[in-house]
Amino acid sequence: MLRHVSTFLHGRNAFYVSLLLLPPLLWLGTIYLGSLFALLMQSFYAIDDFTAKIVPELTLRTYRQLVTQPANVDIVLRTITMAVAVTVASAVIAFPVANYMARYAGPKMKAFFYVGVMLPMWTSYLVKVYAWRLILAKQGIVSWGFASLGLGSTLDAVLATPVIGGPSLASSYIGMFIVFVYMWLPFMILPLAAALERVPESLLQASADLGARPSQTFRNVVLPLALPGLAAGSIFTFSLTLGDYIIPSVVGAPGYFVGMMVYQQQGTAGNMPLAAAFSVVPIVLIAGYLAFARRLGAFDAL
Amino acid sequence: MRSRRDWNRASPGQKLAAAAGLVFLHAPVWVIVLYAFTTEDRTYQFPPPGLTLHWFEVAFARADIWAAMRLSLVVALVATAIAIVLGTLAAFALAKRQFAGKNSITLLFVLPIALPGILTGLALLVGIRKLGLEPGFWTIVAGHATFCLVIVYNNVVARLRRLPTSWVEASMDLGADGFQTFRYVLLPQIASALLAGGMLAFALSFDEIIVTMFTAGHEQTLPIWFYSELFRPRERPITNVVAVVVILVTLVPILLAYYLTRPDESR
Repeated sequence: MLRHVSTFLHGRNAFYVSLLLLPPLLWLGTIYLGSLFALLMQSFYAIDDFTAKIVPELTLRTYRQLVTQPANVDIVLRTITMAVAVTVASAVIAFPVANYMARYAGPKMKAFFYVGVMLPMWTSYLVKVYAWRLILAKQGIVSWGFASLGLGSTLDAVLATPVIGGPSLASSYIGMFIVFVYMWLPFMILPLAAALERVPESLLQASADLGARPSQTFRNVVLPLALPGLAAGSIFTFSLTLGDYIIPSVVGAPGYFVGMMVYQQQGTAGNMPLAAAFSVVPIVLIAGYLAFARRLGAFDAL
Repeated sequence: MRSRRDWNRASPGQKLAAAAGLVFLHAPVWVIVLYAFTTEDRTYQFPPPGLTLHWFEVAFARADIWAAMRLSLVVALVATAIAIVLGTLAAFALAKRQFAGKNSITLLFVLPIALPGILTGLALLVGIRKLGLEPGFWTIVAGHATFCLVIVYNNVVARLRRLPTSWVEASMDLGADGFQTFRYVLLPQIASALLAGGMLAFALSFDEIIVTMFTAGHEQTLPIWFYSELFRPRERPITNVVAVVVILVTLVPILLAYYLTRPDESR
């Protein structure tokens, strides 16, 4: 039976492809795209101020509320600031690791590093966040480390910094920043290492032969060629930070982030249109970031 | 004049920075493992005052943990099964053929993992409410299968693209029909990629929280149990033990997936 079917299908290409594609397309098209469309519709509805019920009429009121209320604008700006800071820090920390993996490590060492980066990346998300809560807690390892080095007062001074400080690392923006960087670092290392591996060694030798110092070679040869990897990695770190609501609620200061706002508005606040409008913010920002990266020429070398 | 050997050697500073990065990535996982054995049950005191296996015993006796664990395992199995079927079909359709609209379809098949999870989660919740469904087991599975199918698709499509077309042609020339070619030529070649994709999908589903929080209704998967426990710190030692169990359950399939898809040097 199967044999007859497959013989019949062989050579009827278009029919065969559509038969294969139909089930997965139906799944993604109805469940996923359908839901996304319903979500987008929600963001163009608004909540009635008196009855607190959703009025199913298309309006821009919810978006106006999003961009004009200072509290909402603050949330968006706070999230963008965090995403940018996390992206820059991830790139700085990832570069030496990726560079070593791509250029210096032998085959065995390279495999070790790849597994070494991938294992923590795939380790349970929630468990890692929880681990950082333990590490950054008041009596946790970081405090213990500072205290046993006799630097307890330094930590207190850092935590006393207005805005980014707090009662403990686990309840400050510094702590949240560390956790974000930790969580997304592998997403920066892997594309960066892949890009650096494609840099031909002859170019580096030529640069050195022509008298460039290592720092000049780095700035004028390595960095421009690594830009596509840097762009790919930064898209991950940027967009993952924008959409996260678990990390800011487990570690960090009381200020709201976009993701938390989405979760809170659809839940306890019961304002689905505002939640939907907030969930569109990361998409708009990522699209803007992609355009910015393209303008920088980040994808030219792809 | 620097010789070629020197040129290829990392300076001590570069080695140190690379090693430090790796230690930074691994240390928190070891910390959690250590904390599962601590005798201190009120604070996050470091170093732990003593070590014990007591909390494993307590955690094993807890019915709510077992229930959450069972739900997570069943969800992951069902979602992975759906994902394997749908992802493989899509991979076969899109691997080598060119047709109108292929680019937008390919884009659709990466969208669920490219867009932030919170968007997928909220969208599914809006969809569920619109259809008047009660959130529960099947809505969790539907959400998980959506991103799991992308994982399976990516794994299988990468393998299919590396397969020379000539193999299929040779099989056909030698008189095999389409089904025999699939069974004896294609399936053995993609089997390990399929298995690896399935393992990754399973691990991803077992650990998923961002989407699940929206689609679970009153059901409690293990990550949701874990999350609620983070805000109820009376049972820290048990949370630590569950953390270690979760690490093990997700890491085993991931390591298997890695060894199945690792580039083979002998080939």
